[in-house]
Amino acid sequence: MATVRPFSRDQRTTIIYGMLAFVIVIVVLQLWLLTATMNAYLGGDQRVIVPAALVSAVGCALNVGLLGYVRRMERVSRE
Amino acid sequence: MAEQPGDSGSLNIYVRRRERESITTAPNRSPDDQQPAWREDFPIDWPQDQYVERRDFMKFLVLTSAALTVGQVWIIGQNWLRRRRGLPEVRRVASLSEIPTGASLVFQYPGELDNCVLIRLSERDLVAYSQKCTHLSCAVIPEPGQGVLRCPCHDGYFDLRSGDPKAGPPRRPLPRITLDVRGQDIYATGVEMRTT
Repeated sequence: MATVRPFSRDQRTTIIYGMLAFVIVIVVLQLWLLTATMNAYLGGDQRVIVPAALVSAVGCALNVGLLGYVRRMERVSRE
Repeated sequence: MAEQPGDSGSLNIYVRRRERESITTAPNRSPDDQQPAWREDFPIDWPQDQYVERRDFMKFLVLTSAALTVGQVWIIGQNWLRRRRGLPEVRRVASLSEIPTGASLVFQYPGELDNCVLIRLSERDLVAYSQKCTHLSCAVIPEPGQGVLRCPCHDGYFDLRSGDPKAGPPRRPLPRITLDVRGQDIYATGVEMRTT
């Protein structure tokens, strides 16, 4: 049976920094997407609304997945 | 369980050893006996504090990400409601005799709270726009002498003939009200929204 070796605190801090970089990029992308979609909606352009929402939802799912990984990592470290 | 001092005589490999980096060190990296006395009153575990801060910031960003997605869904809902309302009804605005050349007239279309402005540029040349500035919804004022519509809030300017933004903060053109002249009467027939 394989043994799961928990990460040390320094390793976890490094992992958090890496994840933060991803999350910040995704949130900035989502923010830009929301302003662009709002501009299109107010200008009467309906074509981009649903694709933009789908991309934003994928970004949100990625972020939630990364947060789930952090929670699992902490659970393994506590055990 | 951390290894206790004095246990070194019999090394138990099953006891989890304390990681070197998890031992709290003061920010100035000096040994404990060289630390100022006040440090004892504020025994903050700095590496742990840093880790928790970054993790909580990440949680906050994920919440922000969810809020931005909710915003996108809200736009879908608003767009669905707008499509459900359908095209606005054709409505009489004024008669040609009420508005001389170079003059303007404020009217409401398509709703009672949607102010629009009708401008007569020449004998047969009429244009109408929504009066809400596309920057922050202030009322625009037609200035036919300069050939512009001016927003007094932030000095935004729109072209009188096309409604396109000319100067200032607005980036989108004014929504154009399509007009139809039937005999001596002017009718509003729809709203043309534009991004460029």
